[in-house]
Amino acid sequence: MSTVVQAEPSRLMMSRSRLPRWALPLLGVLTVAGTAALFALTPLRGTADFVLIALPTYLLLQTIVVARVEGGRQARNRLATHALTLTFVVSLVPLVAVLGYTLTQGMRRFGLSFLTHSMRNVAESDPYGGAYHAIIGTLEQVGIAFAFAVPLGILVAIYLVEYGSGRPFARTVSFFVDVMTGLPSIVAGLFIYALWILTLGFRYSGFAGALALTLLMLPTVVRSTEEMLRLVPHGLREASLALGVRRWRTILRIVLPTAMAGIVTGVMLAIARIVGETAPLVLTVFGTNSINNDPFNGAQSALPLYIYSEAGQPNDTAIDRAWAAALTLILIVMLLNLAARLLAWWRTPKSSH
Amino acid sequence: MSQPRTPPNGARDELSMGPAVVAGRRPRGAVWDALFAGLTRTAAGLVLVLMAAIAAFLVLRAVPALRKDTVNFFTATQWSPDDTPPAFGIGALAYGTVVTSTLALLMAVPVAVGVALYLTHIAPRRLAQPMAYLVDLLAAVPSVVYGLWGLIFLVPAIGPFSAFLSERFGWIPFFASDGIFGKSMFTASVVLAIMVLPIIAAISREVFRQVPADHIEAAYALGATRWEMMRTAVLPYGRPGVISATVLGFGRALGETIAVALVLSANYQITYRILTPGGNTIAANIANTYGEAGHNGRGALIASGLVLFAITLVVNLVARSVVARRKDLSGAQG
Amino acid sequence: MAKRIDISGLNVYYGSFKAVEDIGMTVEPRSVTALIGPSGCGKSTFLRTLNRMHEVIPGARAEGKVLIDDEDIYAPGLDPVAVRRMVGMVFQRPNPFPTMTIYDNVVAGIKLQGRRRKSELDGVVERTLKSANLWGEVKDRLAKPGASLSGGQQQRLCIARAIAVEPQVLLMDEPCSALDPISTLAIEDLIRQLKERYTIVIVTHNMQQAARVSDRTAFFNIAATGKPGRLIEMGDTHKIFSNPDERATEDYISGRFG
Repeated sequence: MSTVVQAEPSRLMMSRSRLPRWALPLLGVLTVAGTAALFALTPLRGTADFVLIALPTYLLLQTIVVARVEGGRQARNRLATHALTLTFVVSLVPLVAVLGYTLTQGMRRFGLSFLTHSMRNVAESDPYGGAYHAIIGTLEQVGIAFAFAVPLGILVAIYLVEYGSGRPFARTVSFFVDVMTGLPSIVAGLFIYALWILTLGFRYSGFAGALALTLLMLPTVVRSTEEMLRLVPHGLREASLALGVRRWRTILRIVLPTAMAGIVTGVMLAIARIVGETAPLVLTVFGTNSINNDPFNGAQSALPLYIYSEAGQPNDTAIDRAWAAALTLILIVMLLNLAARLLAWWRTPKSSH
Repeated sequence: MSQPRTPPNGARDELSMGPAVVAGRRPRGAVWDALFAGLTRTAAGLVLVLMAAIAAFLVLRAVPALRKDTVNFFTATQWSPDDTPPAFGIGALAYGTVVTSTLALLMAVPVAVGVALYLTHIAPRRLAQPMAYLVDLLAAVPSVVYGLWGLIFLVPAIGPFSAFLSERFGWIPFFASDGIFGKSMFTASVVLAIMVLPIIAAISREVFRQVPADHIEAAYALGATRWEMMRTAVLPYGRPGVISATVLGFGRALGETIAVALVLSANYQITYRILTPGGNTIAANIANTYGEAGHNGRGALIASGLVLFAITLVVNLVARSVVARRKDLSGAQG
Repeated sequence: MAKRIDISGLNVYYGSFKAVEDIGMTVEPRSVTALIGPSGCGKSTFLRTLNRMHEVIPGARAEGKVLIDDEDIYAPGLDPVAVRRMVGMVFQRPNPFPTMTIYDNVVAGIKLQGRRRKSELDGVVERTLKSANLWGEVKDRLAKPGASLSGGQQQRLCIARAIAVEPQVLLMDEPCSALDPISTLAIEDLIRQLKERYTIVIVTHNMQQAARVSDRTAFFNIAATGKPGRLIEMGDTHKIFSNPDERATEDYISGRFG
C-alpha cells in the first residue's frame, strides 16, 4: 500500500514552512530599536507617541512577514489575535487610570480626620473638613433601601420561580423586572420626587432617597435571587414534599437555605451598585454640610452627593476633598465586591484535585 | 397532604398523616401555604404597581407644565420653563442624548466584543477568570467617580487630542472647531464609552462562552485557524447576544446623568461639532438645572424625564425581542 | 488520495493523567478501521490525536509518532491547521453550523481556503452532497438552515462538509450513536462507498456496526478505572470477531463485559 506512488505533492510539506520561535520577538526588538532611533533623530517625543508609532509598525511588519512565510490565513490569524489582545489592554487603560488617579489624588486628604469630621462651618477654601456626615447619610439611606428591597426582591423571586413559572402573570412581572433593570436612575429619583415630595408633601429626607434607591436595587435582587433559586435541584424540593412537608416550609427551610450563599452574593453586588448612585439623591436627599442623623427629617448628605457638590467647587481644597470621598466610596464598593466574590468562591463546591 | 382537625399527639402538622379532611374546614397548614403563596404573589404584583405608578406620577406632574408650554415640546431647543410665558422643548437635549450615546457605542462596542473574544478564546485559561474580573471592575466604579475623573483628568487631557483631530480632519464638519476643546460631547461620549464597555463585554462574554463546543470543534476539524473558527462558529452564534448587549448598553448610556453633567459645559444648541464645548443631555439637564428650577421648571424637568423613561422602555423592549429571537433559533436546532 | 497511517509509541495525557498508553498500529489506505472497546478506554481520545483535535481540549497533549504517508504530523513547526485539512473529522452528535444554510455548511471549509467562485462552489456542493447520499433530499432547499434537517440528514451534511475540503483521511467518532436505526443504515452505506476514496477510522460502541462496515478492527481496553487505555489486539475484522488471539477481546465481543 505504501508503495502507491503519490503523484500530487504532499500538502503537509507545502505548509510546513513556519516561522521559528525567535522570529517575532526579534522583529519586536527591531521595531522598538528602530522607533527609538527615529525618536533620537527627529523631534518626536513622549511615551504615548512612541507606543502609537511602534505598535502599528510592529503589527504591519509582522503581518507582512507572516504572510510571506506562512501564508495569508496565518497572517490574518496572528493579526486578529494581536488586535483582540490589544482590545483587552485598551479596556484596562481606563481602569488603571481611574483607580490610580483616585488613589493618588485621594490620599492627599484621606485619613481619620476626613472620616470623622463634617463640613459644618467649613469654607470651601479651608484645607480641612471631612465626609462624616456624608458617610452617615449613605449608611442610613442604603440601610433603609436594603431593608425594603431585599425581602421584597426575594419574595418576588420566590413567586417567579416556585409559584408562577409559565403563567402569564409571572411572565408580565418578569418582563417589568427587566424594564425596571433598565430604568435610568435619574427617572427613579424623579418619580420619588413627584410622588413623595410634590404629591404627598413630604420634605427632602434620607428616607426619600432610600425609596429611590430601593427602586434601583429591587430588580437586581430579584434577578440574582431568581437565578440562584433556579439552580436548586428539583429533586431537593420533591424529596421534601414527598416527606409531607408543606410547600411554604419546603421553600423557606430547604430551597432558600440551599440558595442562600448565592443570594447573599447577589445582594452585596446590588448594594455595591446603589452605594454610588448620585442622580436620584440629588432630587430627593438634596444634600447638606451638617450632620443629620435622622433619615426621616430634613436634608441629608451622602458620599456620592458630597463628591458631586465638591467637584463643582472652584477651589483645589474642595477638589481634594472630592477625591478623598471618591476614594472612600471606591473602597466601600470594592470591599463589597471582594466580599461577594470571596463568599461565592468559598461556598462553591470545589472539585477535588 | 391532610391531617386531623386536632392532632392528638401534637405532631408537627405538616409531617403527620391522618384521615381525610372533614368537609368545610381546611387544615391549618394549607392556610399557611395559601397565605405564603399570596404574599409572594402580592410582592410580584407590587412590581407592576410600581411601574404603573412611575408612569402615572411622571405624567401627572408633567402635564400641567406642558399645558403652559408655548413652543413645541418635542422640537423646540430653548429651555426657559420659568419665564413668562414658559417656553421649553427637548429638541437639543434629545439630540445631545442620542449623539453622545451613539458615539459612546461606536467606541465601546468594538473594544467590548474584542475583549469578550479575547477572554473566551485567546486568553490563557487559568488567567481568563481573573482577567474578566478586572474588566468587570470597570462596572463597579461609581458614575460620580467617572464624572470627577472626567472633569479633572480627561477634560484637560483630551484637549491636545481634540486639537489634533480638528487640525488634521477639520474639513470633516464634525471635527470643525474654533480652537476651544475639552468639555465637549466627545469627552462625554468617551466617559460613557468607558461606562458601558464592561456591560457589553460581560454579556458578549457570556454568549461567546455558550457557543457549543460541537460548533467550535466542527470549525477546527475543517482546518480553520483560530480566527477563522471565531468567524465561522463563535461570531454568528453570538451575534444576537451582542446586538442585545449593545442595545442594553445604549439604554444605560442614554440615562447616565452625573458623569455627563460633570464633563459637559451645558448649552441648549444643536451642533454637529462634537469637539467644541457645548451640548447637553436630558438626564444631565435635570441634574444641572433642578436646583434653581421654579414650580413650572420642575414640571418641565419631569416631562423631559418622562421622555427619557419612554425611550429607555422602547430600547429595552428592542433588546428583549432580539434575545427572544435567539431563543427561537436555538429551539429550532434542538 | 487515501493515505496510510503509522502510529507508534503514542501516549496521550490530560494534564498529569495518562489516558492512552503506548499505542502502535498501522491503518491501511482505502479501508475502514474500527476502534472498539468499553467506555473510557481512550478510543475517542486516540482518534483525536490523528488530526491533533485533542489540542482543542485544554491540558491534553500527545507524545509519540503519527506518520501519515511517512510524514510526522507532530513534527515541530508543523501547523495543526494543515493536518486537519488533510484529516477530516465527523463527530458523535451532528453539528452543522446553526446560523448557516445547507449550502454554506457544505462549503464552509473550502471558503476558509479562499475558494469563493460561485460556479466552483456550486459544483462542490452538488458533488459532495451526492457523495454523501444527500443531494436528492436537499437539492431543492439548499438555502434552508442546516438545522432544519433531521438528525440523520444533519450527520450526512456534516460528512459532506468534511469531504468537501478533500481530505485524505476521514475520522468518525461514533457517528451513529445519536441516530435512529434507519439513519444509521444510511450512514453505514455511505461509509462503505466512501472507503473507495478515503482512509476511514471509525470509533463505535456498536459491535454489529464494526462487523458490518470495517475491514480491520482494533480492540482497546483499560486494566482498571484510572489506568490508561491500551491497544489489546488489532486484526482483520473477520478474525477479531470469530477467532481473536486475546481472551479479553473474546470476552468483550461475546458480551461478557463492557
